[in-house]
This record gives sequence, C-alpha cells and structure tokens, in this order.
Amino acid sequence: MLESQLVMQPEDFDKVLAIIQKLVRDANAKGVFVVDKAGQLVGEAGEMQGVDSTSLASLTAGCVAATGGLAKIVGEEEFPIHFHQGQRDNLHMTLVGDRMILVVVFDERSSLGLVRLRVKKAGSELARLFEEIRKKAETEAASHGSPFAEITDDDIDNLFAD
Amino acid sequence: MSFINYSSREINCKIVYYGPGLCGKTTNLQHIYQKTNPDVKGKMISLATETERTLFFDFLPLALGEIRGFKTRFHLYTVPGQVFYDASRKLILKGVDGVVFVADSQIERMEANAESLDNLRVNLKEQGYELDKIPYVMQYNKRDLPNAASLEEMRKLLNPTGVPEFEACASSGQGVFETLKAVAKGVLADLKKMGG
Repeated sequence: MLESQLVMQPEDFDKVLAIIQKLVRDANAKGVFVVDKAGQLVGEAGEMQGVDSTSLASLTAGCVAATGGLAKIVGEEEFPIHFHQGQRDNLHMTLVGDRMILVVVFDERSSLGLVRLRVKKAGSELARLFEEIRKKAETEAASHGSPFAEITDDDIDNLFAD
Repeated sequence: MSFINYSSREINCKIVYYGPGLCGKTTNLQHIYQKTNPDVKGKMISLATETERTLFFDFLPLALGEIRGFKTRFHLYTVPGQVFYDASRKLILKGVDGVVFVADSQIERMEANAESLDNLRVNLKEQGYELDKIPYVMQYNKRDLPNAASLEEMRKLLNPTGVPEFEACASSGQGVFETLKAVAKGVLADLKKMGG
C-alpha cells in the first residue's frame, strides 16, 4: 500500500508560507525551506530567490535519510536536529512531524541559539498544521475523490506528444 | 508518494531507477538530461565516487508539461547498484511512485539481475510497498552487446508477470525515453485510479 499522498490546498499552503515567512524574520534567517522526506520541496521563504531549491530539497532529504540510517545503527531512533556550519552560511535542519523537514539557512546576522529557539516554535506549529492537512486530505478524498480521477488516457498521452 | 499542490498547481512524483551495479541506471539519466530542453529540466546531481560509481544517488528533476492545468514534475532518482550499498538503496525508495528496473542483458550478469530484483522486492516491502502493486516497468539494457542473453530467457527470469518491457541501449539512447514514458504513464494512471 502506497504512503498517502500529500495534497495541499491554497489556504493551507498560505498558512505554511505565513509560518516560514515569520520564521525568516524572527530568526534573522537568509532562507527557510520546508521539504518532505521523499525530497519534494513544499515551500520556501526568505532572500534566497534563485537558489536551486529543487536540488536543495532532494539533497536535504538524502542527508536526513542517511543520518537517520546512522542513528539506527548506533541505537537511536533518529537524530532530529542537524547543524552544518560553514565559513559564512550555516544550515539547520529539523524533523517536523513524521514526514517533513524544516531547513533554515543563516549567516552572521543570526546565531545558532536564536535559530534553535525560533525553530522550536515554528516547527511545532508546522507539525500541527501538517497533521490537520493530512486529516483533511483523508476526509476529502473519502467524500469527493480526487480531481485526477477525471484524467483521461488522452490527457496522459498528450503529455508525451512531441 | 506524490505531492499535489493546488496553490502552485503542481503534481510532483518520484521515479526510481533500480538494478545491479553497472547496468546503466546513471547512463539512462544522463541520456535524458542530454536530450531534454533546458527549460524542462533542472540540474542533474550525481553523488558518485572518484571512479564515477554511484555512491548515494543521481537526481534529475523533469517538468513534462501540463495535465488538466497542473504542471507535472517528475523527480528521477537512481540507486547505487553495488551490493554493499543496500542501506542507501532502502533510503532512496522512500516515497517512490514508480520504479524502472534496468537489467543488464549480458549473460554473465543474469544472476546479478535476479539478485537485484529480489533485493528491490525486499526493500520495497520494508517500506510497506508491493512491487506488483506500484507502477513498474522493465528495461533490458545493453541489447547491442554480443554476449546479450535472449529476450525469452530474460523475460522468463525477470518479468514473469509481464509488466511493460523495453529493449534499450542506454549509451546510444535507444529505448531510454520509451522506458521513461511508460513509467510516467503508469504513475499518472495510478494517480487517476487513486482518485477514482
């Protein structure tokens, strides 16, 4: 059985953006990204426009997955917080709920302590929100079905018409 | 696990290329990367050793176009084929929507093919997936080599259930896009089924 899809409605997406935009301000961060554990970018905020966020998402998920594998080897369930320190920029990753990762990029305008403090609050808000989104998707799928039920074979074929 | 965003009107899906070491998984992605327009592809990432063996994964994001007003994006991943990288292979299968098994047609690699296919089944099961229930296609790669096994033989060993199958020579590109299209179609058809 497939892991359930992540379906995000515009109003929920706005809520995600509001939380991470606030986190950018509160933590003095350069950028904040929400990534799912399978490597898909869910949302981004901050001054890092133009950065290759698709690759960032995929590598974040790979990094978290590899570290999670290491955790199990040494007898930990997970390492929920990762911190990478660079010469100018630093990267802070936290697990949010059971399927999301919150990534904060920051430089000398902020500090690890401030980022940790702000991430704690934003992380729990996001965890609650994603839980709501999951529940809502379940009930909506049961009552309305997905709009993709109407995709025809022709629609799919047209994608590949070249 | 596909991700549907109604705000940006995007569908994101994850496809994993699986198979034994040196069967041509990375070569498949490299060919797709080289032959697609810059506006539909992102950057290809290869986490490889100095000798260009895949260490963790290759990654290539592709935007295929719109379907019912939704942009469809496929994220293609390869796994490291070498037997001892099993822990990494398991991680990459997380959230997979479709699988391509790349088989090496050389007779002497038949055992490695069978072993890798078993390994795929086991690793999927650990994540709660059944290979027979997810979109899945078979590619017989390296058909141009003189020591290639017969199709009948490969089919019997690797594709007894008759999933869509393709002959390929990934280094020249033959069969690469046909394989990709088939798995992408399978993933979208699955999305339709789940909605229905």
